[in-house]
Amino acid sequence: MKVLVAVKRVVDPNIKVRIKADGSGVDLANVKMAINPFCEIAVEQAIRMKEAGTVSEIVVVSIGLPQCQETLRTALAMGADRGILVETDVEVQPLAVAKVLKAIIAKENPALVIVGKQAVDDDCNQSGQMLAALLGWPQAAFISKIEVAGDHADITREVDGGLEKLAIKLPAVVTTDLRLNEPRYVTLPNIMKAKKKPIEVIKADTLGIDIAPRLKTLKVEEPPKRGAGVKLADVAELVNKLKNEAKVI
Amino acid sequence: MSILVIAEHDNKELKPGLANTVAAATQLGADVHVLVAGSDCAAVAAAAGKIAGVTKVLIADAPQYAAPLAENMAALVVTLADKYTHILAAASVQGKNFMPRMAALLDVSQISDISAIVSADTFVRPIYAGSVLATVQSQDRIKVITVRITGFDPAGAAAAAAPTEAVAAVADSGLSEFKGNELTKSSRPELIGARVIVSGGRGMGSGENFKLLEALADKLGAAVGASRAAVDSGFVPNDYQVGQTGKIVAPELYIAVGISGAIQHLAGMKDSKVIVAINKDAEAPIFAIANYWLVDDLFKVVPELTSAL
Ligand SMILES: Cc1cc2nc3c(=O)[nH]c(=O)nc-3n(C[C@H](O)[C@H](O)[C@H](O)COP(=O)(O)OP(=O)(O)OC[C@H]3O[C@@H](n4cnc5c(N)ncnc54)[C@H](O)[C@@H]3O)c2cc1C
Ligand SMILES: Nc1ncnc2c1ncn2[C@@H]1O[C@H](COP(=O)(O)O)[C@@H](O)[C@H]1O
Repeated sequence: MKVLVAVKRVVDPNIKVRIKADGSGVDLANVKMAINPFCEIAVEQAIRMKEAGTVSEIVVVSIGLPQCQETLRTALAMGADRGILVETDVEVQPLAVAKVLKAIIAKENPALVIVGKQAVDDDCNQSGQMLAALLGWPQAAFISKIEVAGDHADITREVDGGLEKLAIKLPAVVTTDLRLNEPRYVTLPNIMKAKKKPIEVIKADTLGIDIAPRLKTLKVEEPPKRGAGVKLADVAELVNKLKNEAKVI
Repeated sequence: MSILVIAEHDNKELKPGLANTVAAATQLGADVHVLVAGSDCAAVAAAAGKIAGVTKVLIADAPQYAAPLAENMAALVVTLADKYTHILAAASVQGKNFMPRMAALLDVSQISDISAIVSADTFVRPIYAGSVLATVQSQDRIKVITVRITGFDPAGAAAAAAPTEAVAAVADSGLSEFKGNELTKSSRPELIGARVIVSGGRGMGSGENFKLLEALADKLGAAVGASRAAVDSGFVPNDYQVGQTGKIVAPELYIAVGISGAIQHLAGMKDSKVIVAINKDAEAPIFAIANYWLVDDLFKVVPELTSAL
């Protein structure tokens, strides 16, 4: 079966972002970018399913600036087969992402779509669930295990109190949680090989979809700073502070 | 303006968080309805009606809501949506699961994880692991919102119970089937809503060593949490994880033991009232947000603290 994986280009999660001086947004100039960690897990999952013989082809899709090709190349170097870049300089919010992916899925007909549970820049945690809604497909969000068995998939998902098991019909959309797998490192030979893999570029405005943002960012700011704390000498002092100063025990 | 809040429960009890979500809703308008969708869930509906600010409780009681599958929950809420200007749920795993699906069916965006309300269409939400606060304005006809419950003090108890009204269930989607769950059993409080939390990181070294934290937690009546590294190392179950991609907590007292203080961990606990950090590395970033800290070996400090309490 064919699998489609959506990958987002985000600020490297190890980098502390800066706010633009006018407070209009986060400063992305010359900032190190990376594949969203949850998308990396999604790509890894598709590759493992291909290695296990369940999956025949892995198509990776990214929506955004031309630089998203780098993100697609990372996924191709990991082991995906081909890439699709839906190019736009509009800020694509989750509903728009879902609509664009739906249009691509109509052409590609995958049996399974794997997306990250959350993009670590906007922290929205929406796109996969929205996509499943627009397709009328079942969804399994925050999965830590998936096994395809004929026309359905057996799922384990992470929920607030522990784990939940589902059986979902295929085709379906699933979103990855941290414990699904540990992504492989890309090797130099595979990076070289990935350069030859095809990436199709589609201009977003040729899809006839309204991708205009629905949410307007009025301003961004730093959260209030916590007051400076104190280093204590020993446990006795800690107990004293908690009892008599903070009054929390 | 009527506002719909969707309750989370296990058919017997409400999950903590509804009272906070109702408190957020009452900032938006005075007519706040709560939807309880479940199976044999009358007791839950009764409890929901006793939260101050709730003007009506809608009950959808049917076997297909025994487990809150996203497909069924979204389809149900869509049938009610047109009467409301805002639809809210807690930004729990459940809310994050069905709310975006419901929003997409309505062709509206979702405003995720709001931590404050500026006006009926403008909200504050943390982005980039909480290192940035964005103020966003929605242009949609219905505002679909998930609420970061630590941002809102819970509503109190109502003087009189709100009336209830049954609403029609939607047939089971047949798309997915609930096969059971494995819930972590613990005699300690749940992380969400706990007054005190004791969390351990990679520095704990093993799952066995978490017993030290459990002993401390028991003295304090605390919940036990963990960093991602502790969970990934298999020391404790997944649902212990606090952070950007785990649980967001803001207890009165948060004690971080053997946790370095990566931004993704801070994202989940930096709004705690008092933060204590125990770490042997004098340069650990967690100290930057701690009220009190000890630079020492946790294997010495934690048992000492437990016996001093
Ligand atoms: C996409 C993404 C999402 C993430 N989400 C989360 C999340 O939700 N929650 C989360 O926690 N992390 C998350 N992380 C991981 C995060 O970046 C850190 O890797 C993680 O928080 C580190 O955990 P730690 O502090 O326990 O381990 P470490 O960073 O290894 O720190 C261990 C600490 O223990 C101290 N120590 C060791 N031995 C002792 C001792 N005997 N006595 C006292 N101190 C000792 C050390 O000095 C050190 O500071 C995420 C990362 C990514 C990329
Ligand atoms: N611009 C994008 N291009 C490709 N995939 C995306 C994009 N934005 C979001 N996604 C996918 O949707 C997931 C969740 O993103 P979000 O809903 O923004 O938190 C990501 O992990 C990706 O798999």
